[in-house]
Formats: sequence, C-alpha cells, structure tokens
Amino acid sequence: MFSAAIIAIFITMALTLARALLGPTVYDRLLAVNSFGTLTVLLIAVHGFLMGRPAFLDIALVYALISFIGTIAVLKFFEYGDLGPGERVSFDEEQE
Amino acid sequence: MSEVLINQILLAFMLVIAIGVLYQRNLFAAAMLMSIYSLLAAALFVVLDAVDVAFTEAAVGAGISIILALGTLALTCGEQKPRPVLATGPLLVVLLTGGMLIYGTLDMPYYGDPEAAAHTGVASRYLQDSANEVGPPNVVTSVLASYRGYDTLGETVVIFAAGIGVFALMGRGRRKATRKVK
Repeated sequence: MFSAAIIAIFITMALTLARALLGPTVYDRLLAVNSFGTLTVLLIAVHGFLMGRPAFLDIALVYALISFIGTIAVLKFFEYGDLGPGERVSFDEEQE
Repeated sequence: MSEVLINQILLAFMLVIAIGVLYQRNLFAAAMLMSIYSLLAAALFVVLDAVDVAFTEAAVGAGISIILALGTLALTCGEQKPRPVLATGPLLVVLLTGGMLIYGTLDMPYYGDPEAAAHTGVASRYLQDSANEVGPPNVVTSVLASYRGYDTLGETVVIFAAGIGVFALMGRGRRKATRKVK
C-alpha cells in the first residue's frame, strides 16, 4: 500500500516538474515549487513508513516549515520587488 | 530493491531539472528550479539515511540560497545575457573534474559494506571502551566531546563567528529602520 502511495507521489512529482519546466508564467513555476515542497514532505513521510521507521516524520514537518518560509520570501519578492525590511509601501497602498 | 528504485527515480528527476536550469534564460525561473533541485537532493539524503545532511540541504539549499538569489535578482537583471553556444575551455574543465570524481568513487566501499574503513577503524574501540576511557554512557557524547574534541571546538568557533556576523548585519539594519519610522 505504501509502495502504491510512493508511485502515486512520483507520478505527481513528474507532472509538477513538467509544469515547473514548461510553465509559461512565473506563477505556474511558483505553484509548482510550492506543491513540489508538499510532495517532498509526503515522500519523506511515506518513505519512513515504507521502511518501517516513522520517526522521520519530524523531518517532514521541518521541511513543510522551510517550504512555507521560502514561498513567503518569493511572494514578498513579487509584492515589493525586493526583500527589503518591509518599510516600503506596496503598490496598492500607493494608489490610495 | 525498492530503495534503489526510489534513489534512481529521484536522481533522474534531478538530472532533468539540472538540464532544465541550463536551458532556462529567465533567471527567476532558474532560481525556482534550483529550489526544486535542492528539495530533491534533501529527499535523496533522507532516503540514504543521512538525515543531518538532508536538514542542512533543505535549510541552506531550498531556503536561504533561493532567498539570496531572489535578493540578487532584485538588484540586477532577471534575464540571462546570450552567451557563446559552445565554450570549449570550461566544458573541458567540467568534464575533467567530473571524470576525476567518478574515478574517485571507484575506490569507495559498497553501500552498507561491513568491511568498510568506517566500520573497521576506531568505531569498535569507541563503542567498547568509551565508557572506561571517557565516562559518559552516551557514545556520541564521548566521540563529540572527547575523541573529536578539537574538531568540535573548530565547529563551535565557526558557528560563533557566523553568529557574530549575523548580529553585526542585523544590528545595522535595525538602527536604520528605527530612524526611518515616524
């Protein structure tokens, strides 16, 4: 059963990779990176159960946190144009 | 068997991404692809039971270096300039280095080989005599704090220096920010 889950994860990874490589817009790539992070978390978790060592589940949790921080950084890059300390006003606030 | 297959699939994914990064002109997309590459490398390290290396790879490769790359892209241009189609000198250097690395792996012991140097050397002495020679019941503590004490001291110095550097950088930024806030 875990083998089937791993095969399914690999197929989904391949589809996500195709979107990351071909993706016409940056948002496709960003979404691909985000879902690939989730898939890595899933892969580590399922692999831990497949090899009979579910103790590695903690690592999967840390990966989820790192992936989240990376996505936040990329989104900040899109919103502000750089990774500054956040004192710049965004485009929407400038309009008001 | 299944573990070997998982390794091969992960390595194949990494190869595809590496070739994709080479052909990618948009540097932002290349940074995103490198993030996926680091995640795959980290997953591969977990499958190979090198959990500490996998942590470092995920935090440094998929976390900090992508953020640094984005910060660099914010200061520079997001498109790669056209380059010569075939650069012979760098290609030769890369092929030579890769060939030497592959030649170096021929001497390596097989995965999980009980006769490997790591298992026949000092490890058995650590396991058997560390309680008498050093004292703590935890062998890892004995190895880190006594047998490899100078190594641990060097690591601590490096981490201390890095911490001082981070404090110096962040301290400057914070003073600047508080001056600007009304």
